[in-house]
Amino acid sequence: MDIRGKAALVTGGSRGLGAALGEALAKRGARVVLVARDQGPLVTVVAKIKSEGGEAHALAFDVGDKEAAHRITGAAAALVGPIDIVVHNASTLGPLPMPFVLDTACEDLEAVLQTNLVGPMRIDKIVGGSMVLRKTGVIVSVSSDAAVSGYPQWGAYGVSKAALDQLGRVLGAELADHGVRVFSVDPGEMDTQMHADAMPDADRATLARPERVAETFVAMIESAETIAPGARLIASEWRRS
Amino acid sequence: MLAFEPARTARPVRKTRLFVLRVAARDMRERELVDLPKLFDEGDVIVVNDAATLPASLFGQTARGASVEIRLLAPPNDTREADAVIFGAGDWRTPTEHRAPPPLLGAGDTLVFGTGLEAVVVSRTSDRRLRIRFERSRDDVIASLYRAGHPVQYAHIREPLPLWEVQNVYASEPWAVEMPSAGRPLDFGALDALRKRGVAIARLTHSAGLSSISDHALDASLPWVERYRIPEETAALVGSAKRVIAVGTSVVRALESHAATGKLSATTDLRIDSRHELRAVDGLLTGMHDATTSHADLLSAFVPPDLLNEASRWALARGFLGHELGDSCLILDR
Repeated sequence: MDIRGKAALVTGGSRGLGAALGEALAKRGARVVLVARDQGPLVTVVAKIKSEGGEAHALAFDVGDKEAAHRITGAAAALVGPIDIVVHNASTLGPLPMPFVLDTACEDLEAVLQTNLVGPMRIDKIVGGSMVLRKTGVIVSVSSDAAVSGYPQWGAYGVSKAALDQLGRVLGAELADHGVRVFSVDPGEMDTQMHADAMPDADRATLARPERVAETFVAMIESAETIAPGARLIASEWRRS
Repeated sequence: MLAFEPARTARPVRKTRLFVLRVAARDMRERELVDLPKLFDEGDVIVVNDAATLPASLFGQTARGASVEIRLLAPPNDTREADAVIFGAGDWRTPTEHRAPPPLLGAGDTLVFGTGLEAVVVSRTSDRRLRIRFERSRDDVIASLYRAGHPVQYAHIREPLPLWEVQNVYASEPWAVEMPSAGRPLDFGALDALRKRGVAIARLTHSAGLSSISDHALDASLPWVERYRIPEETAALVGSAKRVIAVGTSVVRALESHAATGKLSATTDLRIDSRHELRAVDGLLTGMHDATTSHADLLSAFVPPDLLNEASRWALARGFLGHELGDSCLILDR
């Protein structure tokens, strides 16, 4: 997909990978809408993108809130036109420090699923039909190796990411013939606030910079037509074909 | 007068009943909604209005503390201005004629809505019609509108309709202030089945306006000037189609305006009735419309008056539901 002029919606856009994705997409000429709960940090990211000559807009909503889905997508389309690119980047780890499964309140699991799985599905349901009609669109979900490995204390988050990958697999198959590409990407371990929340003792020097990983995401979106429907990609191993 | 009972709730789409009228054969019957795709053939082009529905209704107060509701006629433009209709205190549960009249506002008067959204009156063209300008940046205005606004409600639906109930599956940009509801039966399953039959689905965007204000003078002047945009791909498909089926009266207005003027993007005040000779459209998927509405006037361009009368009686006797979110009516030339 040629990103120039395309309308891109990035959730979790106020920091870390989401903010870096917003900047990278805007640098390629996308019209970017960033979503996050807190207006303050979001506005800072948007101001930075604008100061570098890019187009960006801030929408302070919670993707885990049922009422917010149509408000996010409607306002975004009013600001930048029909959505061509969605990156489901917002996610929550749930309560910290992350508990063992036997100590995880099921209500906390439900809350994690609302933000990490049901929220993205609501947005897919809204923008997917418009993409089908226009025969173009790319939907990317940010995954994690916790989706495929049994790391102790990563239960709720890992379940949500595994389910998000599977949602993308099925949606990717359903929409492939309609010109819409859906895939998920494991970005690897990055030097972000979320990583520090999950593993405060990690050596930050060993972690990838979100700006570098965002460049890989952008290259994947540009090559979306060559990516198998519903594929699960690993950022550090992916090469443009 | 022929008047359909309205739907009282937003029923699931699969509960929608489908009335099919074939004009040349004077054939009328009910079909299962799931069979809708089977009524079309390869070479047919179905044209939908892909406008999403704006939360166009805002409750607020004047500077003197009077409660008002405004209904936007279009999304705020780049200079944050929008045309609007104003109502007095109360909500949609009270018929408009029983609601308090709106306070008479003039240029410079201010309105404050929820979440701190503010507007100033730019001009007034009648007691109820205003042009207003929102304060703050356009980004803030759009975000605030989506926080504070509600979809325009219908007196016949008991519970307030949330924003997700008034969107078609393929809705894109929020140009419509009321749902282009004819497209409601076209879920993804229907679109997928139509595509597999070789039926093309084309799109245009039309700013479907208010269907009724319950103010006799204003209602008689509906529909007002509305904006449309037709992609070149759609115009090409329509030009080479065996048969063109419009989904909704807004699509008829846009395609017939284009046929008359050649303009792909324009505003139109075209009124379509029995005197109008259709140039672009062969069939119509729409709701069940009462005989006195501008929608019904438009049907008379497709159906001779005696047949329209007979079909209405047929559907009425079988309990089809009318108005927004009611049952569906497919009119085919053959």
